[in-house]
Amino acid sequence: MNAGAKGTGQFTLPARVLHWVMAAMILAMLFIGVSMVASLASYHALLSIHRPLGIAILILVIVRFAVRLIGPLPPFLATLSARERRLATGSEYALYALMFALPLVGWAMLSAARLPIALWGTWHLPPILPHSAWVYALLREVHAILAYLLFATFLLHLSTVLFHILVKRDRLLRRMLPWKA
Amino acid sequence: MRVRLAIVAAVLLGVVGAFAYAAGWLTRGLTPARFIDTFERVNGVPPPSGFRRNHAKGMCATGLFESNGKGVAISKAVVFEAGRVPVVARFALAGGRPFAADTPENVRSLAILFWLPDGEQWRTGMNDIPVFPVSSPEGFHDQLVASAADPRTGKPDPAKMAGFLAKHPESARAIDLIKHRAVSSGFHDDTYNSLDAFWFANAAGASVPVRWSMVPVQAFEPAGAAQPSEASKNQLFDALIARVRNGPLQWRLVATIGEPGDPTNDATLAWPESRAKVDLGTLSLDRVESEDDGPCRDINYDPLVLPAGIEPSDDPLLSARSATYSESFRRRAGETKLPSAVTAAEARR
Repeated sequence: MNAGAKGTGQFTLPARVLHWVMAAMILAMLFIGVSMVASLASYHALLSIHRPLGIAILILVIVRFAVRLIGPLPPFLATLSARERRLATGSEYALYALMFALPLVGWAMLSAARLPIALWGTWHLPPILPHSAWVYALLREVHAILAYLLFATFLLHLSTVLFHILVKRDRLLRRMLPWKA
Repeated sequence: MRVRLAIVAAVLLGVVGAFAYAAGWLTRGLTPARFIDTFERVNGVPPPSGFRRNHAKGMCATGLFESNGKGVAISKAVVFEAGRVPVVARFALAGGRPFAADTPENVRSLAILFWLPDGEQWRTGMNDIPVFPVSSPEGFHDQLVASAADPRTGKPDPAKMAGFLAKHPESARAIDLIKHRAVSSGFHDDTYNSLDAFWFANAAGASVPVRWSMVPVQAFEPAGAAQPSEASKNQLFDALIARVRNGPLQWRLVATIGEPGDPTNDATLAWPESRAKVDLGTLSLDRVESEDDGPCRDINYDPLVLPAGIEPSDDPLLSARSATYSESFRRRAGETKLPSAVTAAEARR
């Protein structure tokens, strides 16, 4: 128990809070996204949540990455092999990249369609790309592909953690629990 | 060990199953994609590359909207403060065939994008009919399927149409009103209606239900008897081009204020003629262009792109229009653009 948050073996409190808040937001976002494009009745209501929630995630992921770079990390569990440690770090960076790219591509894609990125009342974001239908078409595909990739990466993350909790029983989850454990 | 692995697998399966259900993969219900598939099937597969799946034949018009400031009393939307805002509009014919010949009785539409000074936008798509023929997305889909040409006769099957009208008495009533409307001579002297209701909210927080119309300043002339042998394929658009060359065309934007009990969720029902009307300002269009080089082709006239101060009503058509327009735009945006029926040379002639 050397590094970690003051040697507790857990991530720092801001890191843990951001993890669980963003987990809920991102999971909600994936379900909202995939159901709104399949819905006639709820499309508008869901889209009205999707855009501001996406921008909130974009802001939070930047904060979270800064917290990740600054804060001390708890050590890996002794039960993890060198290969597993590399996999864990790799999937963590993949998640960061997707959490950042998805809302940014969403913003860019709406910009290319010249659709307003309305957040609240008259408050909206400026376009970040010139008006172009083909750029919209391309980014709209990219947005969907990245969303499926994020969902797949989330599933991988979830199954790994579940495997550790239920099969290996090595108290891996403890590192990220929001309370002191 | 096996039991615990099974639990892991069960949790994953549950999450994936919920995701698939949310995505509509497990049900055969009507989705925006299936709706646009039906448009494509009815109008001929493959769809003409790069065109809207409905209101496919059209041309662009630009100009400005000059607000008289009277709308501020009922809506805080920036567009109603006295002043001018630029607009990108599109005149079109209802239907998914971009190369069909113009006929006077074809439903005509006017879509407008208002560029507001604070960076907000207002997009609206209006039709020249008194009421909408259907009240729900399902009704629209049923009508689309029923009006599809029978491959043997090349015409809609009367039995299917009768079946649709029997299933949707609200549409039978609305279509009767639509059939008996006064058809104007062209795009320039036509009245375009929002049909769907919206809510206007003013700065004090008071809301009123509104349906709006673009009422022509140009005098109404009834459509003449059709002379298909003499008429050009683009007769309505050519007449519009000729009119604009003689000077800007103008419409009054008129808001009709609903009263308690007036339906906001059923576009097949007209509101009483006695409802208060507010003249909000004047639309002036001084230039028309082909879609090929005009500014309207790459705009999705989504009726739910609204400034603060205009809100959607409970009309189920609104969210469905927003969803299906988006799907149509998604498909056509990535396609090679075929030249429009109204060519750039024709628009400049």
